[in-house]
Amino acid sequence: MLSESSSFLKGMMLGSIFCALITMLGHIRIGHGDRRHQHKHHHLQAPNKEDILKISQDERMELSKSFRVYCIILVKPKDVSLWAAVRETWTKHCDKAEFFSSENVKVFESINMETDDMWLMMRKAYKYAFDKYRDQYNWFFLARPTMFAIMENLKYFLLKKDPSQPFYLGHTIKSGDLEYVSVEGGIVLSIESMKRLNSLLGIPEKCPEQGGMIWKISEDKQLAVCLKYAGVFAENAEDSEGKDVFNTKSVGLFIKEAMSNHPNLVVEGCCSDMAVTFNGLTPNQMHVMMYGVYRLRAFGHIFHDALVFLPPNGSDND
Amino acid sequence: MSEIHFREMASKSWLNFLTFLCGSAIGFVLCSQLFSILLGEQGDTQPDILHNDPHARHADDNGQNHLEGQMNFNADSSQHKDENTDIAENLYQKVKILCWVMTGPQNLEKKAKHVKATWAQRCNKVLFMSSEEDKDFPAVGLKTREGRDQLYWKTIKAFQYVHDHYLEDADWFMKADDDTYVILENLRWLLSKYNPEEPIYFGRRFKPYVKQGYMSGGAGYVLSKEALKRFVDAFKTDKCTHSSSIEDLALGRCMEIINVEAGDSRDTIGKETFHPFVPEHHLIRGYLPRTFWYWNYNYYPPVEECSIQTHVKSNFYYYSSII
Repeated sequence: MLSESSSFLKGMMLGSIFCALITMLGHIRIGHGDRRHQHKHHHLQAPNKEDILKISQDERMELSKSFRVYCIILVKPKDVSLWAAVRETWTKHCDKAEFFSSENVKVFESINMETDDMWLMMRKAYKYAFDKYRDQYNWFFLARPTMFAIMENLKYFLLKKDPSQPFYLGHTIKSGDLEYVSVEGGIVLSIESMKRLNSLLGIPEKCPEQGGMIWKISEDKQLAVCLKYAGVFAENAEDSEGKDVFNTKSVGLFIKEAMSNHPNLVVEGCCSDMAVTFNGLTPNQMHVMMYGVYRLRAFGHIFHDALVFLPPNGSDND
Repeated sequence: MSEIHFREMASKSWLNFLTFLCGSAIGFVLCSQLFSILLGEQGDTQPDILHNDPHARHADDNGQNHLEGQMNFNADSSQHKDENTDIAENLYQKVKILCWVMTGPQNLEKKAKHVKATWAQRCNKVLFMSSEEDKDFPAVGLKTREGRDQLYWKTIKAFQYVHDHYLEDADWFMKADDDTYVILENLRWLLSKYNPEEPIYFGRRFKPYVKQGYMSGGAGYVLSKEALKRFVDAFKTDKCTHSSSIEDLALGRCMEIINVEAGDSRDTIGKETFHPFVPEHHLIRGYLPRTFWYWNYNYYPPVEECSIQTHVKSNFYYYSSII
């Protein structure tokens, strides 16, 4: 009887230790650490308002018109309700937005990638965009339909950055040696990066279609590997206070976390005032965000923005 | 004899082994449960409740966002450094609004605290009305019971309290629930065109039952100083009844009796500014079915709800969770 209970106890202990080990390992892999621990990435900051005001009014107008952003949204048929919301809302503020779908969907216009694999979709989309639009757009923004993006803030962020330099921006994550931009926050590539990427897409040794032997490597990591070969490195986009502007979570989730982690800094600790993206929204939330960001105004509060980016023609959602 | 002994040993070690396996399985399961609780991530559930009864109110729903510790949103700190708030500040001085929030002891931590940390800071004065006093929050004790049937009684007592203690501190007196969000600046803009010495009140106007209409309780309503005086007086002189289970309707009837006008709170393009539901319900075309009671209750004909607007002033109700 005693030996049985002791072996039972030994078994329990071993089971718990095993479980603990697995959870720990799982966590290290996912990298559940606080954002604050991830300070080993390259920072790239938004322009300072004073710098902008030094530029003359005319030059500023010219500058605001010189940004042409092409939006790539990768969709699958199951995303159709999100797709509808995204189509109706923020993508109207892109200079051009196109939806790249894994297969043809009758309801909406899209470009058929004829594959289910995210990495292949991404490659094909980038190639298509580059071949067709290399002369018309100088920045390329890739998003998922669960995202809400504020294009004006993106343009403001890119203001003093030269697109003929290889920029690869977003919310960066470090995985071992590789620093990559998470697709969950949106990926921004300058035309130079697109050029370099496209020159490598045809070389399977550098940019394989099937990366990773045993586990499938996520598409954002594969992109980073590819770009690294081309000498393009990921940079984390931040505002002047060091807060991320590309967010992989929704506002609600940020606030929820802030309320439990640091309840006296809910607003300060939450999000940047000039955030570009939020992720994890439902279709209804997209409409609410659109309303909140562009239409709802508190009377008597006047914002003196240094620059104005007018929405493109035909965008009636402002 | 040794054989029997051997067999015994064998069966015993087999049993031991089994119990060992059992133990390890149970240990594993318990541990994983423990971990999942410790690192628990609750799903972001959004209760999409459409009330079938126009006079229904949100019950104490599933425990949301229990706040620990003092939460200070720092809503007035210099968030937007380039922002010019002169006009808003001017209005703050000119149009004084006292907000009182209808709440209860069980909702102080769950809901009223959020209100206190956010929009309530923009009222000229804010009071939290509960059935019992809470000195720490602080909340005023109305000495009533809790419950839906007590709402009108609480409303009467709350307005009475405000009248007796704060009449000269404000021009307009707003009642809101603890799940309402109010944009005070826009409310001031609406009220700035009216004289608080006039007997008038504003909210989301509903047409049934009362000739001049009545204001939806959920979307919040605001009384002028004269309206408040008349309302409190009406109970002293028995012009209005004390008992009713339908707060907004009873108040609306009383307002009509004492000749307080039901005002038009729509904006310059005719869009409503007080909203009885969460933004989603109003923003998304076709969200509320055409057979829903709401469409028949609205006093004014519906304009495309919130589609293209510049100045929108809004009080949202049923805001049970943060976006």
